[in-house]
Amino acid sequence: MLREPPASVYNQTARFVPAITLLQVDKMRIGLFVPCYVDQFYPDVGMATLELLESLGVTVEFPTAQTCCGQPMANTGCQSETRPVAEKFLRVFRDFERVVCPSGSCVAMVRHHYGQYLEGQPGYRELVAKTFELCEFLVDVLHVPGIKGSFPYRVGIHQSCHGLRGLRLASSSERVGPTFSKVRQLLEPLEGITFSQLERPDECCGFGGTFSINEEAVSCHMGHDRLADHERAGTQVLTAPDMSCLMHLSGILRRRRTNMHVMHIAQILAGRSVPNGK
Amino acid sequence: MAHTRVDHAANAAAFIKNGERTHWHDQALWFVRAKRDRAVLTVSEWEQLRETAAQIKRHTLAHLADYLEQFEEQATRRGIHVHWASTADEHNAIVLQILREHGAQKVAKSKSMLTEECELNPVLERHGIEVVDTDLGERIVQLREEPPSHIVLPAIHIKKEEVGQTFHEHLGTAAGATDPKYLTEAARGHLRSKFMAADAGITGVNFAIAETGGVVVCTNEGNADIGVALPKLHIACVGIEKLIPRAADLAVFTRLLARNATGQPVTTYTSHFHGPVPGGELHIVLVDNGRHELRERALFRESLCCIRCGACLNTCPVYRRSGGYSYSATIPGPIGSVLNPARDPKRYYSLPYACSLCGSCADVCPVAIPLDEQLLQLRGVIAGKKYLPLSKRLMMKAASFVMKRSWLYNLSGKMARWWLPKLPRFLVYNRLNAWGRQRELPETPKRSFRELYRKRHEQ
Repeated sequence: MLREPPASVYNQTARFVPAITLLQVDKMRIGLFVPCYVDQFYPDVGMATLELLESLGVTVEFPTAQTCCGQPMANTGCQSETRPVAEKFLRVFRDFERVVCPSGSCVAMVRHHYGQYLEGQPGYRELVAKTFELCEFLVDVLHVPGIKGSFPYRVGIHQSCHGLRGLRLASSSERVGPTFSKVRQLLEPLEGITFSQLERPDECCGFGGTFSINEEAVSCHMGHDRLADHERAGTQVLTAPDMSCLMHLSGILRRRRTNMHVMHIAQILAGRSVPNGK
Repeated sequence: MAHTRVDHAANAAAFIKNGERTHWHDQALWFVRAKRDRAVLTVSEWEQLRETAAQIKRHTLAHLADYLEQFEEQATRRGIHVHWASTADEHNAIVLQILREHGAQKVAKSKSMLTEECELNPVLERHGIEVVDTDLGERIVQLREEPPSHIVLPAIHIKKEEVGQTFHEHLGTAAGATDPKYLTEAARGHLRSKFMAADAGITGVNFAIAETGGVVVCTNEGNADIGVALPKLHIACVGIEKLIPRAADLAVFTRLLARNATGQPVTTYTSHFHGPVPGGELHIVLVDNGRHELRERALFRESLCCIRCGACLNTCPVYRRSGGYSYSATIPGPIGSVLNPARDPKRYYSLPYACSLCGSCADVCPVAIPLDEQLLQLRGVIAGKKYLPLSKRLMMKAASFVMKRSWLYNLSGKMARWWLPKLPRFLVYNRLNAWGRQRELPETPKRSFRELYRKRHEQ
């Protein structure tokens, strides 16, 4: 007789999306969404995503009218500033059959928060169902068994929070249940790869969008702590499914001039070599 | 109500200035979180238990008036006096009145965040009544004339050396003593004399059972039990959201509470009070103090499900590194960052922003309150009321203006990438650039992704 509780926003991922095989993908129009800061500051992450998907037989299209998902405004609480940006996103990607993006955070924005801005608009519900983060697209939609290649480094996986708890790319340490990680699953088949054992496997890095500026002291303290954990664990290459966390962490690393390298997971999977220098 | 606005970021920065202490504070709370994880992993049906608890609480809230009436009826039948307080002031007046009627001068009070919320102690003290907080952590902060910094571990911010100093000053322990066992024994002796002399005992309440009309108090030190067993008068103060329908529901919550709070299978004492001691009186004060109003607001209603386990504080990466006082509120941390601004958005405008939206609080919550989602929604409320500094609102207006226009976005990106590497370092890294205080900006590539993409397709 108990009333059903309103589903937690983070539990809304269970929805029907038919798995597609590589043969079907050929005929599909797949849109690539490259987050604004990746487009401007980390173009190689976008290129790596593109090349990785193409190497798997998937042709993707990058609609050049795209800009941003609107998350910076939304997370600051500026809802009327968010709406037109979300509407633009819908216009740009409405006609694609799948949308792929190398950022868990931006996909979580579309999936969990667009309702507030777009509910009722034609194509909104479909957009939410067809937009995927890169790792989940590879694992859940394409069912890629594993990427061939070699990566003889000790890799530290940073579990970006919105991918982790928003999209459930991996099991989070707070919950009880089967443990899994779609990120690690994709990296594991690489030859020679080993993984860092962290003391705190999924603590936030402290980026948090505008939080990194508003709460600079806490943000950087969190970043320093996260890197110390990786240093203790012997991480050579720090990776994540979100470049924003890595932008913050590599910003600290470069100031400290340490020799830990930072790569987005798409760059590792696309066979990029570890960058020289810092 | 004081209307100085709370600037969490500034308070946090002040706390972090002492890096060694911040690190210690973070480690102390992470230790509790890790202990919680180990305890929780022994319960394979944990997620089901959370779901059940969430449903019981949401159901109770939906039928709150009915269950409150049932509770009053059952409690009255058991000879318990039930009082209703709609505000903190009313609550304090009722407690004071009861104490006066009994001529009580000395009160032993066990842990109660509600009486902290209502600021009961200063009211009683003003009227010449001595109130001794009998929970060890609460006694420590009371002697230091500080508020609790955590809802379950009130003295978590104090090191044992500082406890030794406080006890040396107030309880006459040896100077420089730091041995926790020695200090605890000293507190125990001190509190024993307070228990023996008390005219009345005040307790908080963890659960009030509508079906039985009784209340349940969970402690580890047994201070609530002894505090109300010796005097003839027991006053239990309870927020109306502490109600659960049936005695059978209690088991769901006792399995969750201690495991999630401190990593114990159960609290050392889970005491049921279903009537006064022989020859004595039991008074229960049911307090609203803004709870009904919160219940009416769909966005924040679920925050009333909170059972005050404190796990969201322990897991919060911001709370651990900014300390309880940075929130300037009785209830700090994620749940406090919802409850306080929901009540007073102007004063507490910065709390929903004291959050990286990592979502750990929502995953750790035993009653599945979507805390991070509520914090995000509160930001909308605060920005909508224009409590957010103008500079931040203007920045987002500008960002939105640019992002709506692809050409302007392209142009802005191009200019930023062209200028940034050419500017002298002092123009980029200065006091105005909060990012650059401890971090480098990303290196600026010559071409954006879209330029590379276009070039590739031209070939």
